[in-house]
Amino acid sequence: MRRPVLPGFGLATGVTGVYLGLLVLLPLAGLLAKAGTTEPGRAWALFADPRTLSAFRVSFGVSAGAALVSVPVGLLLAWVLERYRFPGRRLLDAAVDLPLALPTAVAGIALTTLYVPDGWMGRLLAPLGIAVAFTPLGIGVALLFVALPFVVRAVQPVLAGLDPEADEAAVILGATPWQAFRLVVLPPLLPAVATGAALGFARAVGEYGSVIFIAGNRPMVSEIVPLLIVTKLEQYDIPGAALLGAAMLLLSFVLLAGINRLQGRSGGRHAA
Amino acid sequence: MHIRRRAALGGLLAAALPGLQAYAQPSPATLLNVSYDPTRELYAAINPAFAKAWQAQTGQAVQIRASHGGSGAQARAVIDGLEADVVTLALQPDIDAISERAGLVAPGWRGRLPNGSVPYTSTILFVVRKGNPKGIHDWADLVRPGVGVITPNPKTSGGARWNYLAAWGWALRANGGDKDRARAFVAELFKHVPVLDTGARGSTITFAQRGQGDVLLAWEDDANLAVRRMGRDRLEIVVPSVSIVAEPVVAVVDKVADRHGTRALAEAYLRFLWTPDAQEIAARNFYRPTDPAVLARHAEQFPNLPTFTVADALGDWPAVQREHFGDGGVFDQIYKPGQ
Repeated sequence: MRRPVLPGFGLATGVTGVYLGLLVLLPLAGLLAKAGTTEPGRAWALFADPRTLSAFRVSFGVSAGAALVSVPVGLLLAWVLERYRFPGRRLLDAAVDLPLALPTAVAGIALTTLYVPDGWMGRLLAPLGIAVAFTPLGIGVALLFVALPFVVRAVQPVLAGLDPEADEAAVILGATPWQAFRLVVLPPLLPAVATGAALGFARAVGEYGSVIFIAGNRPMVSEIVPLLIVTKLEQYDIPGAALLGAAMLLLSFVLLAGINRLQGRSGGRHAA
Repeated sequence: MHIRRRAALGGLLAAALPGLQAYAQPSPATLLNVSYDPTRELYAAINPAFAKAWQAQTGQAVQIRASHGGSGAQARAVIDGLEADVVTLALQPDIDAISERAGLVAPGWRGRLPNGSVPYTSTILFVVRKGNPKGIHDWADLVRPGVGVITPNPKTSGGARWNYLAAWGWALRANGGDKDRARAFVAELFKHVPVLDTGARGSTITFAQRGQGDVLLAWEDDANLAVRRMGRDRLEIVVPSVSIVAEPVVAVVDKVADRHGTRALAEAYLRFLWTPDAQEIAARNFYRPTDPAVLARHAEQFPNLPTFTVADALGDWPAVQREHFGDGGVFDQIYKPGQ
């Protein structure tokens, strides 16, 4: 192993360890310990319940959908912000972060007001037979709102580091614009896109505040796992809530580890 | 100059201290009342009235703080360590939970105050859009095709449990006590619910401000508040043929009050709720007073509809709670697919 030029491995690792331990590992260990107190029979009944399964499908399915949609939209936004100079660019750039700062309940209430059947957007969509508020589609809109900044912010610095002369050269050498984008611009962006999408997905899975207002919260239709956890707590079923929380944690961990692996592979290929 | 200023300050403090001490005796006491969601306006009016009465009686100034939220969530907060001296919650199982799960309230708490610890009651009424365009007059109308019903989730909301039990009680009466048919009615009713909010205020907003659904099932006090706030030209109240007596309950949180040394104050505060003054304030906020004289004075604002209690229609609360709202209970089964 090469010795790093800056000293302080012991101190740095110690601080990191204590920090992670207190803020992340300790609460998670508590969660898992609590989940472990459930009798296996009850745990099985909980996870075999069609309502639980439906909530997991809604939470993970819609979050994945929102993360996927945020990829092209986020790429486009990052492209516009990095490659063009226009009045109001800085304002738009700052606005991208707003969803991270705004209390998500506020976002949820605003989106619901817009998308109810007689709201500004809902009124336009209702004649087309599209209902957004109080359906899984509405959950998707709220999750897209919270996931989008992650893709933009992950892609932007990488895009800023790419020399526009490279894609100019590709076009001059006879590539179509699409080829230039696909073969020259996109490959170095891919790891950043994957990171952004993974962060956005993780954020969406855990989102509660905004979803609760727009979802309608109907069991088997638009109920998310975090709501199910709150419901369990209200019934004083703390082991049940912990079990659901632990399951979400595990599933998210497996998915994120998978994404990281994919990303490592694609990054490696690019470097080679 | 610095020194002189400091000396002057010290002199000022020395002069002020005895005055402060005299003012502070007996020292002001504080009391935390942990309550449910729609009682904000009620306790905002009762607390100053009690503080005045207490000071007149004992000479002690008292500061009462109130915390509001979903009844179940508030009970859980107290169980988890929120230092409430008294709790005033939406229904009996929530205080039972504090008593049984944390041992903070002594068993038999309902016997320590008048009327089973119920200082004021309420009932469940319907709120419809102006002119009642869907012609909703009674419980049976709620399950007609095309009628959207707004009620919160009984798992997370105290008010929603009263809505659910009122519907169940009506259906039992309408079907000669047939439990299967009552259950079928309630299951059908929840198929007409497009949005299941987590609390009563959330449902009121969904109905009144977002324009969802055709009828809102609501506490009498919340129904009146919604109509007053949103305007009589937009909403109106419908009184069904029969409804439930919703009984909010109150109790001193024994362990916390003893630790704070506030037991006498806490007990006096809750007993104050039964005085004519507090009953009058309750009536003005559309809670039905338990004092017959005060109720008679406000008779015109409380529609005279036949009501039943949970005990009349369904049995005792702990059993009702388990059977209907417990894990895998009737409410959970309603949402099983294929039913």
